[in-house]
Amino acid sequence: MANLWQFAPLKFSTRLHAFLRNLGLKAAVLLATGNMACGTLLFDDDPLEGGRSMTADVEDPNRRDILVVAASAFSAVGAASLIWPFVHQMNPDAGAQALASAEFDLAPVQVGQAITVMWRGKPVFIRHRTAEEIEAAKKVPVEDLPDPLSRNDNEPGTPATDANRTLEGHENWLVMVGICTHLGCIPKGQTLADSKGDFGGWFCPCHGSHYDTAGRIRKGPAPRNLDIPPYTFLSDTKIRIG
Amino acid sequence: MSNHASTYEPKSATAKWWDERLPVPRMMHDQFVDFPTPRNLNYLWTFGGILTFCLVAQLVTGIVLAMHYVPTADDAFNSVDHIRRDVNYGWLLQAMHATGSSMFFLAVYVHIFRGLYYGSYRAPREILWILGVFILLAMMATAFLGYSLPWGQMSFWAVTVITNLFSSLDSVIPGLGTGIVEWLWGGYAVSGATLNRFFSLHYLLPFVIFGLVILHIWALHVAGQNNPTGLNIKTKSDSLPMYPYAVAKDAVALFAFVIVFAWFVLFLPDYLGHADNFIEANPLVTPPHIVPEWYFLPFYAILRAIPDKLGGVIAMFASIAILAFIPWLDRSPVRSTKYRPIYKWFFWLFLFACLALGYLGSKPAEGVYVFWARIFTAYYFAHFLLVMPIVGSIETPTKLPGSITDAVLGKSPGKSGATGGGGVPAGATAAPEDR
Repeated sequence: MANLWQFAPLKFSTRLHAFLRNLGLKAAVLLATGNMACGTLLFDDDPLEGGRSMTADVEDPNRRDILVVAASAFSAVGAASLIWPFVHQMNPDAGAQALASAEFDLAPVQVGQAITVMWRGKPVFIRHRTAEEIEAAKKVPVEDLPDPLSRNDNEPGTPATDANRTLEGHENWLVMVGICTHLGCIPKGQTLADSKGDFGGWFCPCHGSHYDTAGRIRKGPAPRNLDIPPYTFLSDTKIRIG
Repeated sequence: MSNHASTYEPKSATAKWWDERLPVPRMMHDQFVDFPTPRNLNYLWTFGGILTFCLVAQLVTGIVLAMHYVPTADDAFNSVDHIRRDVNYGWLLQAMHATGSSMFFLAVYVHIFRGLYYGSYRAPREILWILGVFILLAMMATAFLGYSLPWGQMSFWAVTVITNLFSSLDSVIPGLGTGIVEWLWGGYAVSGATLNRFFSLHYLLPFVIFGLVILHIWALHVAGQNNPTGLNIKTKSDSLPMYPYAVAKDAVALFAFVIVFAWFVLFLPDYLGHADNFIEANPLVTPPHIVPEWYFLPFYAILRAIPDKLGGVIAMFASIAILAFIPWLDRSPVRSTKYRPIYKWFFWLFLFACLALGYLGSKPAEGVYVFWARIFTAYYFAHFLLVMPIVGSIETPTKLPGSITDAVLGKSPGKSGATGGGGVPAGATAAPEDR
């Protein structure tokens, strides 16, 4: 049988299969016994070796193979693992991560006004909503919304009702990351002169996304409601974001 | 063509010494002096040389500008101002580099449409063409990265919008897109960290382009140049040595091109830019109307034409990727559109669609603009996926000239004694791959 293998032209898949099988056997023997030479007998039907290993024991060519395979495998894994530092260096650094939380005083913000604060380098919209705005947001059935999820980091996975877009007891305050979920522009609607879109909330001028008074996408290309960051009220007028 | 016999004769002892050790002069002579060039090349074939000039001009001006530019969020905007006002000849170098990108794209688009018209992507030039697609991609990446560097409002918001394209991958695997975007930014928003890495990559990519261009020219010199007839060089009279004939023609075109270039640099240095970029980047205010540079407008129109975010991103990248497949999508038995009575009209329609998409990309994404952007986006893809295979299969090409020589001298095959060339070998015009 071994001789047949030796003379038949081997297909690539056959060679690959034999190589992998060989590799696995050698590794198993090495691990089990710590002795490379005793692997010899296992390989005597090796299609690539053609049974030559039967006659060799101490000067076994397989012994050299395993050194090559082990060294190559270690180098390959080592080289591959070195890629990670080069990739990971581009992720947000310790300095950027350290800006994770910030506190703001909302006492000066009157009903109907809005302020924009910076958190993690992003603008955060804080609107002191009027009763009409809250009423308008509450009236919309959730099933009519393009994005039915609240996108609220404080209540992940909940439906996009107005109550789930705010914190309980603080429904008059709407706190959202002021970045359009389409391509990251800053929507208009924070100042009195701004266009607030068709739903009285915010309007992104870049590609025409309209958000309602709960910051939910109603019309336009944006896929998600405006994100709500994790935040807590420290007192009635003091807020910590992050 | 690269296997034509070398005619290089070292003329001095030094030349001979070099020739036996590193035969660069021999290669230059064989590839750029005595290289057989089709005798019927028109001025559209001069854009390869013009593009080489553009690449070198961008590299040289870019390297010197990097000596004065500061890639930090605090100083980048002011350092460009400093270059324009204080650095000796900074006004000239900055204008050359900024205008140079527009000139580079102008030339590359002419070059691409020339290839499309004359079938320069057909066998045996598929790899040559695909290398060109990669060069185009690398050019677009370089231009995008470079546009961020002045750190004006348009710079900042172009980076924001384009990097956010990757966040559409969140709809495939939640978190994947956001992860990629924050990795690109080095923060939770576009910041100085983003600017710094973009500067590093903007410096790197032109050298990648340079390498690709060398492969592109290598592939060109293996297959030989295409020409307006799409016929292969069959006899000696079909070609002329590159020097002085093609080189002289290239030089004339290059001078004309440089006049246009210089006109913009000297008289309209900011015409091709955007006024909003003279306002320093402000992460709290989005300009009312974000538009990319003119050379990206058709792709921007395609992006916005698709109502779905991920779909728009896929369509935009597909609009470039599809170019790599046209050597196999075009089923016509001839290369040159000159001999294709039906396809000819579709070619001009395609050019019109690209220009229309460019116009629509500069307009707000609303109302009738969106409607037409969708129509022309549909045609853009239909041209490659339907027109190229179908028209190529059903159309009967008009009669081809017997050879390049015949096309130039208007002679019938076999009567070209006066031109010093032999007749056309029997059957030479019959092989489809030679047309």
